[in-house]
Amino acid sequence: MNTRALPLYVTIAIFLLAWLICWTQFPAMLSSRVIGNLLTDNAYLGIVAVGMTLVILSGGIDLSVGSVIAFSGVFIAVVLRDTGLHPLPVFAMLLVLTTGFGAAMGFMIDRLAMPAFIVTLAGMFLARGAAYMLSIDSVPVAHPFFQSLQGTYWLMPGRGRLTLIGALMVLTFAAGMIVAHKTRFGTSVYALGGGEATARLMGVRQGRTTVLVYAFSGLTAGLSGIVFAIYTGSGYSLATVGTELTAIAAVVIGGTLLTGGAGYMFGTFVGVLTMGLIQTYIVFDGSLSSWWTKIVIGVLLLAFILLQKGLLKLSQDRLARGRA
Amino acid sequence: MLLTIRSLTKLFPGTRALDGVDFDLKAGEVHALLGENGAGKSTLIKCMTGAYRRDGGTVALEGAEIDPRSTVEAQDLGIGTVYQEVNLLPNLTVAQNLMFGREPRRLGLVHTRAMRAEARAMLRDYGLELDVDRDLGSYPVAIQQIVAIARAVALSGKVLILDEPTASLDAAEVRMVFDVVRGLRDRGLGIVFVSHFLDQVFDLTDRVTVLRNGRKVATEDTAALDRMRLIQHMLGRELEAVTHETAPDRGPRPPMLHFQDMGRRGAVEPFDMAVGQGEVVGLAGLLGSGRTETAELLFGVRPAHSGTARDQAGPLNLSAPRAAIAAGFGFAPEDRKTDGIVADLTIRENIVLGLQARRGWARPIPRTEQNRLADDYIKRLDIRTTGREKRIGELSGGNQQKVVLARWLAMNPRFLILDEPTRGIDVGAHAEIVRLIHELTEQGMSLLVISSEIDELIAVSDRVIVLRDRRHVAELEGDAIAADRIMQAIAAVAPQEVA
Repeated sequence: MNTRALPLYVTIAIFLLAWLICWTQFPAMLSSRVIGNLLTDNAYLGIVAVGMTLVILSGGIDLSVGSVIAFSGVFIAVVLRDTGLHPLPVFAMLLVLTTGFGAAMGFMIDRLAMPAFIVTLAGMFLARGAAYMLSIDSVPVAHPFFQSLQGTYWLMPGRGRLTLIGALMVLTFAAGMIVAHKTRFGTSVYALGGGEATARLMGVRQGRTTVLVYAFSGLTAGLSGIVFAIYTGSGYSLATVGTELTAIAAVVIGGTLLTGGAGYMFGTFVGVLTMGLIQTYIVFDGSLSSWWTKIVIGVLLLAFILLQKGLLKLSQDRLARGRA
Repeated sequence: MLLTIRSLTKLFPGTRALDGVDFDLKAGEVHALLGENGAGKSTLIKCMTGAYRRDGGTVALEGAEIDPRSTVEAQDLGIGTVYQEVNLLPNLTVAQNLMFGREPRRLGLVHTRAMRAEARAMLRDYGLELDVDRDLGSYPVAIQQIVAIARAVALSGKVLILDEPTASLDAAEVRMVFDVVRGLRDRGLGIVFVSHFLDQVFDLTDRVTVLRNGRKVATEDTAALDRMRLIQHMLGRELEAVTHETAPDRGPRPPMLHFQDMGRRGAVEPFDMAVGQGEVVGLAGLLGSGRTETAELLFGVRPAHSGTARDQAGPLNLSAPRAAIAAGFGFAPEDRKTDGIVADLTIRENIVLGLQARRGWARPIPRTEQNRLADDYIKRLDIRTTGREKRIGELSGGNQQKVVLARWLAMNPRFLILDEPTRGIDVGAHAEIVRLIHELTEQGMSLLVISSEIDELIAVSDRVIVLRDRRHVAELEGDAIAADRIMQAIAAVAPQEVA
């Protein structure tokens, strides 16, 4: 077994354990209704976490996504309010826009050899500012097609509802898995995260890969913005502040190494569900403050960072012993 | 001839890294490339693999002139390289590493099963049966090295350059890698082998080329070569500039420092050493013999695992550079650029750095005092500069070295360790450094001087300690300090064998 897969197993084990604890107290939590809600409520987070996983695997970071989600919502709401366009072409326009935005950030990171942290921090302010420019108020979306999207769901056994946006998140993760694990591009991303100099020696096209990684993150952030707009039925420039950090937390709890090169898309999926599960538990309990979610997530994050450090040391010790 | 290199020249600002080097590689031979640090080995290799563009001369592969602009281009032409480390990615699986960039695909997606099968078939050629789905990093270094060789051969297939491939392997692992290399030679590849382990050179290679100071010294058949001559080639004196200067015999010095049983596992075997006041002890040996390791141990960079150090007053604490400095030690390291200077600071700032660190940051040295110190040392050491506020990175190597020396002299240490003080310095500055060493000892300072240039050691040392295989093997004093005696000790041959 690869030691690198261990965090993934730990993630899955923690999720199952958490679910077990929840189930012993609230048997209703195993129902497909709760599962359906879990997918729906975390859809926007899950989708943006797919892009974030790829970015972190490549050894980078994308701080702009929270603002891009807010911008997307406002963009959709304002364009639908002010023009007679159908939502679908508006969605398409938006995705082109956010993908291009991500690509531009990737281009700067590569060409100017700037830290991703700084470039995407600038992107964060830029996107948030652009959202304010469009509207400072919450803009409701009242297009009939939009309402039909909100009402679309499939019934699961046990009367749980798999909503359109929940299904979209699952599909995004499936696509993310294929990109990360089944394409040459995905291998290049892992290679970059493992070591830039070596990756270049092995023939990775660093510039192209970096641009594509951030473009992909922009695409998922745009998609997440659409989902968030459907979920809330409006666009608001103050929405999803700090979502980029929640997404990073989900990726790390999902077992991906924050320094890049190791991790699994599926782990992030489990990480998002774990965070959602904690939230659900607090809702079920009713007496706990919702801030407990943050505390538990903080503890989990710390535990995973320690786990990764421990694993790193373990594998180094093993190598050292092998040589002695 | 597989690869023909004629009068290759590569210039770096201030130095001629390669100066008219010729090199030939036949198909089906293992050709060793030898030389001390800074001799030009890695520059020559980088010119072959496209990491550097050459400034003059020709490189021809199978008769056709080539000028690769990147390692990937060199690989496509047929020249592959395996380095000591950083060849492949430990976080990818063995199969991904082997097949990277040419994965078999189906419907645009990587065909994992076919990739696995192809990787297994590749490794079978090298007698390896591995779980190719495991991360490469989970295998021992020797296996990783063979996987790297397999990849390089599969991608290039004519010339294979092995740059210190055995540096982190044990004896059994070395044999394993060598079997693979011999197999490739018999398949008709031309292999360039860079190593500082002479045993391995004699064991594996067919011919040897020695570089020194950017020039080719000799190319000989390994079978016709003995150790002594090889070492003479590597360390020997420049024919045109023989200096017969030796340090004046000043008799025994008053004792000052005693090191007993100092050693560190994996770096240098325990040794005893005494240094007298005003004495210059030279450390001779080949690259990797434990010279720099000895210096780092004494200065606490990599503290000793065993042994004690004491002076006339009592025991000394050498557990960290800070402690060593407090004990009155100083250390000018070998790699000036990364360990010695702070390139973006000015000459003045570089000189006061050590003094200020010792005073503590709460008590800044007044600017006038800094200026006085800087101007004083610029004059005393004859540092060629337009002024004390010039960035040190803009100075030549010799002047940079003088600034590093000035930093230590300002702190007035009693024991100063100089690791390769004249590396990358032109001949004129070279003589000045030697003169400076003489001056310092006259003021009562003790020095430990490490050098690959035997003439330099002879010129400055009262006593020479010879290292071989991380062990202090000989100590020469007085008239015994002579080039042939030192080389004999390095080569480990008894004097009668040489005559």
